[in-house]
This record gives sequence, structure tokens and C-alpha cells, in this order.
Amino acid sequence: MSKQATGTAFGALLRRDFLLAYRRRAELLQPLVFLMVVTTLFPLGVGPSPQLLANIAPGVIWIAALLASVLSLDSLFRSDFEDGTLEQMVLSGQSLALIALARIVAHWLVAGLPIVLLSPLLAMWMNLPDEGLPILIESLVIGTPILSLIGAIGGALTVSLKRGGQLLSLLVFPLYVPLLILATSAVGAAVVDLPYTGQLGLMVSGLIVALTLAPFATAAALKLSLS
Amino acid sequence: MPNNSYMLSVSELSFERYFDRVFEPVSFELAAGSLLLVTGSNGCGKTTMLRVLAGLLEPSEGKIHCQEQPLYAGHNPAIKDDLSVEENIMFWMNFMGTRESVRDKELCKRVIREIGLTPVTLQEGRTLSAGQRKRCSLARLLFCDEALWLLDEPYSNLDREGIVMLDGIVRNHLESGGACIMTTHGSLRPEGFELQECHLVSGRERYAGAAA
Repeated sequence: MSKQATGTAFGALLRRDFLLAYRRRAELLQPLVFLMVVTTLFPLGVGPSPQLLANIAPGVIWIAALLASVLSLDSLFRSDFEDGTLEQMVLSGQSLALIALARIVAHWLVAGLPIVLLSPLLAMWMNLPDEGLPILIESLVIGTPILSLIGAIGGALTVSLKRGGQLLSLLVFPLYVPLLILATSAVGAAVVDLPYTGQLGLMVSGLIVALTLAPFATAAALKLSLS
Repeated sequence: MPNNSYMLSVSELSFERYFDRVFEPVSFELAAGSLLLVTGSNGCGKTTMLRVLAGLLEPSEGKIHCQEQPLYAGHNPAIKDDLSVEENIMFWMNFMGTRESVRDKELCKRVIREIGLTPVTLQEGRTLSAGQRKRCSLARLLFCDEALWLLDEPYSNLDREGIVMLDGIVRNHLESGGACIMTTHGSLRPEGFELQECHLVSGRERYAGAAA
């Protein structure tokens, strides 16, 4: 079979994903609205004291971002699995890892990037000090792709289960723990004027590891789910 | 040693699921230009066998000698509900590649016309009828490059006109040196072909017979 050039196939898949995301924009908005609702519940629950909110702001925003990103993970491979698109992709001779990477990139652009863009608003709601805001944004820029990459492995493993959503969150949340610790401690350190480059450096290394390994792990998981 | 002139040769192929044979071992050879019809009752493992041949499942026993990756058109249509017929077909053209080097709207329009979906070109996948869905997923046969086709119940949901159209597509493919394996549960068969036939026996059926 004369295989389609990898780049063309990758581009075709990305274009299709953006088109699908556009057609299902309501589905995309849900995690973002969820993120805003969860964040607004905190001042109501723990009290509106500005100092208290400022203290817990990095953690609250990051936990809300984790939850919001897990919400959109279940659909990452599900519809392609159910309508047979995935098996055709596997048979197309294209590298499954690249297909997975294309899905992950598309997922980050439509689900991760909006979280980053929303974060200044959330920071304002949570009364995060101004010194912390750039670092919060930086940590989200580095961290949300990791959420998509690790989440894709979980999504691929649970794709053949009818109700994979709950298992998916059980699978991926433990893997998100180091990321959560590093990100919130970086933002916390920046607020009190302490060095934070170490935490960000570790996050970047985590991103590189995830970027190189997660597509292959996702591909292996997809193969398992298909057989 | 299998003869190299065959496009596909299969010897003593079987597949087990949880230590249970899905179908009894089969052997056959398929030369260029020939059509193999796999028959058998519901649940006798026709789909499973095609999935094994396509490479989606690993055979438990036996050997498959296949010159190149076949095209597999199964029960799942691989059509996106949120994309129009045209967008669906364009995506697969761009993703899978086409026979001709040109991949543009013109080719896409021609494929849609030949498969008989012109009136619904811009309709979303979710609005298609079952037969139109089947046609849309079979549209790949018109631009794909593969020489060996594995068609799982290709006639299901097609109207009389669609069946004639599909027979024409398969005939063209065979005349240009391709080969095709088709499954059917018996009620519909390709008309006017010289064909090999392979009757598949479910593993369980055979066992039940032996016990009695």
C-alpha cells in the first residue's frame, strides 16, 4: 500500500479535530464553566477573607484545572473508538504514536489552552497577589500539556470500557500529584519572593519526559483496547 | 512454502477467545482477480476472521501470508456524526491517501457522485440513513490504493440499486488485478461472479456435533 505521507496525515487529523471541536463547541465549554464554578465555590465555602483566599489560590486554581481537564479526557478517543475510526487509523499504516500525538495536541489546544487563558480571571477572583500571576500562568503553560499527555494514556486504556470515566480519574489523578505539588509550590514561592525556578525546571523536565514517552504508551494502550 | 503468485494465502488459521475456538481452522489461497465469499450462519466467526486477516487481531494458530496491508471495511462505518459527507470523505482521502496523486474537491465530488450520495453531500453524518451510511463508508473503495479488499457484509442495508453499484465496483477492482474477500450470512450474494467459497464453521458448533 502506498502510505500517505506522515505529515499530510497528521495535518488532516488535526484539521478534522479542530472542525469537530468547533461543531461541538458546547461540549468544549462545559469543562471551562466547570472550572469557573468550582473556583467561585471556594470563597463561598471557606469564607471571603482576602488573606485566606490569597493563601489557597494556587492550590484551588490548579486543582480546579486538574478536574476540568479530566472531564474532557474521556471523550479523547471514545467517539473514534465507537464509530470504527480508530481501527481504520490503526490499519492505515500510520504510526499509532503519531496519531495519538495529533489527538493530544488537538486536545491541549481546545481544552488546555483555554484554561491558561482563563487563569488571570480566576487569579483575580481568588485574590492571588500580582507577583504570583505570571508564575501561575507559566506553570499552567508547562503543566496543562502534561495533563493532556498523561490523561491520554488513561483515556486510551479505558476507551473500551462502557463507563471508563470514573476509572480514568482514578488512574490519572495519582500521576498528576507530582505536577500539582511542583506547580503550587512554585506559585507559592513566587508570592513570598522566594526562588521558584527549581520547581519550574522540574516541571519542564516532566513535560519533556511525558512528551517523548506518553504518545508511545498511548499507542500501546490503544492497541490493547482494540484487540 | 506458499506460492508467491497468490495475493493472500492462509493455512490452518484459527482464532481463540478465552481458550474457545471462534471458528474451525480454515485454509485458502487467493490469486489476483479472484473473489472469495465467506459464508456461514450468524456468530460463526466471519467478522472475527476478517479482523484477523486485516491484522486487528492476532491469529491463535495458523499462518497468513499477505503481500500487503489489505483494506478492511467492517460493520463500523468510521463516519463522524458531526461532519458532512464531503468532510468525512475528504478526511479519509487526506489521511489514507488516494490512488491518484490529486486529492481535491473534484475527486471528492466524483467519488460522492459515483457512490450515489450527491443529494446529501453537505448533510451531517448523523442525518444519514443506514443505507446512506453504508454507501458513505464504502466510498473508500473508490479512491483507495489497496489491492486486497476485506468487505464485511457489504450488502447490509443497501438498496437494490446500491447492490448493483457495489457489484460493479468489485468487478472493476477484480478486472484491474485486485482481489476481494466478502462475508455474507447467505441471503445476499454477489451476482454473476466466478467465485471461491469458504464455509466457516463455528468452533462451538463443531464441538456440539462431536458431543452428540
